[in-house]
Amino acid sequence: MARLRLESPLDVRLTDSGLSVGEALAAFNAAQGGAGAIVSMLGKVRPDGDVKALELTHYKPLTLPGIQALADTARNRFSLTGAVVWHRIGVMVPGEAIVLVATAALHRRDAFAAADYLMDHLKSAAWLWKRERRADGWHWIEPRSQDHADLARWK
Amino acid sequence: MAVRVLFLGPLADLAGSAEREIPAPLDWLGLLDAVGPEVAGQLRDERVHIACAGRVLADKTTLTAGDGDEVALLPPVSGG
Repeated sequence: MARLRLESPLDVRLTDSGLSVGEALAAFNAAQGGAGAIVSMLGKVRPDGDVKALELTHYKPLTLPGIQALADTARNRFSLTGAVVWHRIGVMVPGEAIVLVATAALHRRDAFAAADYLMDHLKSAAWLWKRERRADGWHWIEPRSQDHADLARWK
Repeated sequence: MAVRVLFLGPLADLAGSAEREIPAPLDWLGLLDAVGPEVAGQLRDERVHIACAGRVLADKTTLTAGDGDEVALLPPVSGG
């Protein structure tokens, strides 16, 4: 199997199949020879109570361009040399990876901050709608006030 | 020809389907009228946005969709 190569310093993807985390990080590390630090964040579906599955829906004309613009903003704001933002869509079960963010910079603090910034914005500003299946059926997940507080940190 | 209206997230449950064709041209008042009172009530919520032809409208009441346009009704996105 050919090894994954990242052609662009900002690699943003929406995928309806599992995230190949190790492969993504190896390829990002290989592509980021000039970086001094790479920070990665893997978000997983929490095994919360009786949640059996989580489904993410998106709107193609907006969701991917929106996340690309977010990655671009993060690159400028934190002087990143590159970033990986891979987000799952479709149906997932608890324990599965839902989002992978990796940021590369000359210095670690920029990389840490950028990963935090990207996650806060992906959670509450990306065009993604989530619902979870519990014993009694599907339930849409409402916006949470904590997400808005998280976003306000960056204003 | 018509305008294709997409109901995203929980709006699809309220509308009873994920998409509908509504005769063009379609403006804000025509949309409220066409989607029924329940969805119309949601659309009036300031947190609900509307995209036309791939662009989110800064002011949704200025909607003017023509033949073949896609109009997406965007409820607040879910939190984490």
